[in-house]
Amino acid sequence: MLDGLLTAFVIGGLICVLAQLIIELTPYSITPAHILVCYVVGGAVLSGLGWYQPLVDFAGAGATVPLSGFGHMLVQGVFEAVGEEGLKGVFTGGLTASAFGITVALMMGFLVAMIFDPKG
Amino acid sequence: MEQEQKQALEQAMQSREKRIRNLKEMDATELESILIELREEHQHLVSLEADCADAAEAGYYRQLIKQNQNQSTLVQKKRDKIYQKQIKTVTPKAPLMKNIGRAFLVGGLICAFGQLIINSVMLQYGLDFKEAAPFASITIVIIASLLTGIGVYDEIGRYGGAGSMVPISGFANSVVSAALEFKREGMIYGIGAKIFQIAGPVILYGTLASVIIGLIYYVMG
Amino acid sequence: MGRRIGARALLFDNPVGIRSWATAAGRKEAGGKLGQQFDFIINHNQFGEKSWERAEQKMQQYALELALEKAGLYGHQLDFFLGGDLLNQIIATSYTARTVGAPYFGLYGACSSLAEGMILGSCLLDGGFGKRAAVCTSSHHDAAERQLRYPTEMGVQRTLSAQWTVTGSGAYILDCAPCEWSITGALPGRIVDRGIKNSSDMGSAMAAAAVDTICAWLEDMNDLEQLDYIITGDLGKIGYEICRKQLLEQGYDVIDKYFDCGMQIYHAEDQDVHAGGSGCGCSAVVLGAKYLPLMAQKSRSRLLLVGTGALLSPLTVQQGETIPGIAHAVLIEYRQGGVTC
Repeated sequence: MLDGLLTAFVIGGLICVLAQLIIELTPYSITPAHILVCYVVGGAVLSGLGWYQPLVDFAGAGATVPLSGFGHMLVQGVFEAVGEEGLKGVFTGGLTASAFGITVALMMGFLVAMIFDPKG
Repeated sequence: MEQEQKQALEQAMQSREKRIRNLKEMDATELESILIELREEHQHLVSLEADCADAAEAGYYRQLIKQNQNQSTLVQKKRDKIYQKQIKTVTPKAPLMKNIGRAFLVGGLICAFGQLIINSVMLQYGLDFKEAAPFASITIVIIASLLTGIGVYDEIGRYGGAGSMVPISGFANSVVSAALEFKREGMIYGIGAKIFQIAGPVILYGTLASVIIGLIYYVMG
Repeated sequence: MGRRIGARALLFDNPVGIRSWATAAGRKEAGGKLGQQFDFIINHNQFGEKSWERAEQKMQQYALELALEKAGLYGHQLDFFLGGDLLNQIIATSYTARTVGAPYFGLYGACSSLAEGMILGSCLLDGGFGKRAAVCTSSHHDAAERQLRYPTEMGVQRTLSAQWTVTGSGAYILDCAPCEWSITGALPGRIVDRGIKNSSDMGSAMAAAAVDTICAWLEDMNDLEQLDYIITGDLGKIGYEICRKQLLEQGYDVIDKYFDCGMQIYHAEDQDVHAGGSGCGCSAVVLGAKYLPLMAQKSRSRLLLVGTGALLSPLTVQQGETIPGIAHAVLIEYRQGGVTC
């Protein structure tokens, strides 16, 4: 039950620390949105190079929960779809694989906005 | 007559260029006086351009105005340098180690929580890691959304910094907080349009990257 | 009629009295250094309204009505209403003006709007165009935050140079009748842009303008000895340091009389506000809740209010443009028993 919890904690934490370092050590013009985009694209590139999967194998949620895992998921989805459907898969694979995450986030966004008011 | 005027303008421009090159940042009064000179010349040039009958002539003055503006920028940069250095000396340094420690703690805890869910789902339903991972993401997204709704996630973010931003919970927070903030502008232009304020770029560039990488993968077989 | 002293300073021959004033502020502000000294405390940031914007407008209206009540006036008896806020197109003030029914000038000087309004109001009254005017400005933390930065519920860390927009509003009733407090001089500011682009560091963007205005004032008036207070609007800790340093470089030692409203409102450490308060409401509430009463401790005192504004637009910040700063100075004098004007 507690297998891999510590590695997930350490690797996940380190991935976040890297982002914190980027924020602290770069000019103010690097905003949270830039970081999020960099992580998704970075995760996608690492995944394309075949370097992210070993990290997932090692750290589990420590590698899939950060947004770089989102990029990894997109690319793995594309790879799988290309294997099955060829060229068409290039365009369908990414969003298909990540559909659950985006859909849940949008749904929750809508629901929460309906129920709650911003507290400020 | 007109030719002479043009020559005088060009000469003034060139000699000023030299003056600016040689100026030190400290010559505050000199820098100010050049700036005033440049402003006056700019006004003069604009009126000359406006008076031009043919396009080539106007283009000539546009060129001079461009030069004038470049010189202004140069002088302003020189003037502002000392000030900007001074700002650096009084701006407090962010507590780097503290922020890193907090990011590590918060980010790590969120990931460990995800691992806990994956483990229990794998155990309960006999799934493998790949099938179980989405359950963790969905649970984290739902919890982070609710925490955003009750106004807690922004406090976590203030504490954890990147630690609460980089995990998928930060993505959920950016979606939900935008939708929540703009609900008063209505369902379409408020929630509907603004929900993608931060999430939009993430999805856009993530998808683009996956397509490009996918194409390379396809071509290389 | 007024006079011009030196290059830029204005003196009013008929000092314009500050007949009354009122301040309204939010709960965070009430938990700060000034505590319960505001006339009205808004315990919830929504103030019973359906949006932050409406809450800001209501707060402004409350401040104005409280000030009018103290002066024994009604809005329609005003000859002029001047004001501004931080919302797009200064909409909160325009809605307040809708309820006032007096001739209205909407001003945008960002956080310098109060000083800007005081200067223009004094000019109007000193020029004999009216007897009474109200100046009112406001800002609302959450309304400003969502407009200029991120959604309020988004978990982002603020940098140490960032300031906290004050939820607060101050209204001042200017009157051509004998008053203890009066506006006797002013110095309108120039735009000073030192190439600062970071919208989380507005103190630095404004400090240069504050230095320009204060130096111009001291050069024209040469009255540093007579001034009891010089207060800048909302430079925050960083801007304050720069301003103090630069004034010293110019040969003006202001250390014992120079304060910044942004640093006087919150407990910097406990309230997590980093560099201090900011916003149109900042100088408006600190002046009314702290400095004007403080002036009455002596039988005569002089205060130079330097309203500072960072005239940025969120659009041009994203386009990478620099932030123009401005600072308007207003000389406020206190005389026990009042003066005739």
